[in-house]
Amino acid sequence: MAEAEKTEKTEGTEKKGTFVEKMGSVDRRIIFLLIGLAVLIPIIIEYTTAIPTSPLVQNLFDKIESLPPGSKVLMSFDYGPSTVPENQPMATAFTRHIFEKGHKLYLMALWATGPRQSEALIEDVISVEFPDKKYGEDWIHLGYKAGNQGLINTLLSDFTAMYTTDLDGTSIDEFPMMKGIGSLTDFDLILGLGSGFPGTKEWVQFAGDPGDIPVGGGTTAVMAPLLFPYYPRQIVGFLGGLQGAAEYEYALIKQYPKYEEKSRLASTSMGPQVWAHLVIVAFIIVGNITFFIERSRRKRY
Amino acid sequence: MKRTIPLLITFAVGLALIVAMFIPHVPFYELDGMFSVFYDVIAVFAFILGGGNLLKVHLNKIQNKRRDWKYSIVTVSGFFLVLAAGLLKIGVPDGWSGGYQAPGSLFKFLYDATFQPLQATMFSLLAFFVASASYRAFRAKTKEATILLVAAFIILLRPTPLGYYLTYWLPEPLRFLHIPNLSTWVLSVPNMAGQRAIMIGIALGIVSTSLRLILGIERSYLGSEGK
Repeated sequence: MAEAEKTEKTEGTEKKGTFVEKMGSVDRRIIFLLIGLAVLIPIIIEYTTAIPTSPLVQNLFDKIESLPPGSKVLMSFDYGPSTVPENQPMATAFTRHIFEKGHKLYLMALWATGPRQSEALIEDVISVEFPDKKYGEDWIHLGYKAGNQGLINTLLSDFTAMYTTDLDGTSIDEFPMMKGIGSLTDFDLILGLGSGFPGTKEWVQFAGDPGDIPVGGGTTAVMAPLLFPYYPRQIVGFLGGLQGAAEYEYALIKQYPKYEEKSRLASTSMGPQVWAHLVIVAFIIVGNITFFIERSRRKRY
Repeated sequence: MKRTIPLLITFAVGLALIVAMFIPHVPFYELDGMFSVFYDVIAVFAFILGGGNLLKVHLNKIQNKRRDWKYSIVTVSGFFLVLAAGLLKIGVPDGWSGGYQAPGSLFKFLYDATFQPLQATMFSLLAFFVASASYRAFRAKTKEATILLVAAFIILLRPTPLGYYLTYWLPEPLRFLHIPNLSTWVLSVPNMAGQRAIMIGIALGIVSTSLRLILGIERSYLGSEGK
């Protein structure tokens, strides 16, 4: 009888152990499935979450807000299609704010894939929402040039040495807004939208710092920690990943409620990110609980 | 001679740029801008070098039928297709006078229909692998691993409502433990200290390597001729 009880207990322990072991090494296909659902469901139900603006983002918003109308803002598209979900909402929010304040927008790229992203911005935002803004007077597309940080260095001393024409090959002398642009120091603000090298960091190192030009921008979430050493002295502020973009949208809507409907690109994309994070957190907790159970069991036996 | 001339050029250019940095007056100041233009011109030629290298590697692989050589056919075909679409301005509505990326062009179609979704797909897959890797790697096995785990936990919870609700009830003296505040602290204090240390280390490394290059001690950039 006693032996039977002992056997049952042992079996029970084995069953428990099996469950713990299973939870400790969940098949990766189950993780993939749950992540897939965590991304899909918020997209389908259009789940959004309000992200209050952090000081890091608010500083940059305030900078654009405080510039006098007609200020010259250079926006560089230093990313490719892979990071569009993170970087494009930043470009969209910046453009709305820049035009809302009546600044002049100069588009360029350090990445060969950048101009296509700026063209998407023109097609989706500038042409649709700001048809009254004239090309060459209110905004201009200068396109891509090779040279990475070397290009920034050249632009700092002589802008026209590298940019003699716009993207379509028209001489820059024909555009009123290019008058008075001799070097990067003639810009009131540089916005670097990046996802790698060269990117926002290079704009700080090779333009902002040596030329004493205010620099801000936005990067992918994985790149954001690299910019913290420059804040707040060398970089006005920056948007870290999708969350940074959502924070900027929040600040824009708060200041200009008319963008309540339109400026939601990052906020709606935050839903899948939030739920994917929660699934990852849940798996980390499960993994650690099973790890401690197994460790205490090993110590016991 | 093959070694001496490149070494002399490196020495002269290196010295000129140092002088340009520390004497910000004409004519030294202009040297920096001048050399930057030279660099930009040379950078354009790197594309030709890159294209040539890509063809060399993949054509060699196809010729010798090495492992996965069939993928190299896709790479080479894609390279020539996009190159032809851009150079010959195929499908550009305005013909030769139009831009190669103009709406309706083959280049734009290839970019929008293949390159863009392929890159987006590759990057999106990261979400799945990061989830799987986090589950397996973030285990509190050691003190260091526990610190990493806690930091990751705080950063992951930062944008979520759970991160807010878990700690919003904390009294004012303990507000620094509120997850959004904690995540800001993690990024702006320990992260920044680590980043600065890395940056200073890299900068010192660059200075020493640059000096070795200027003085001709480091010659690996000359290739086999440098030995």
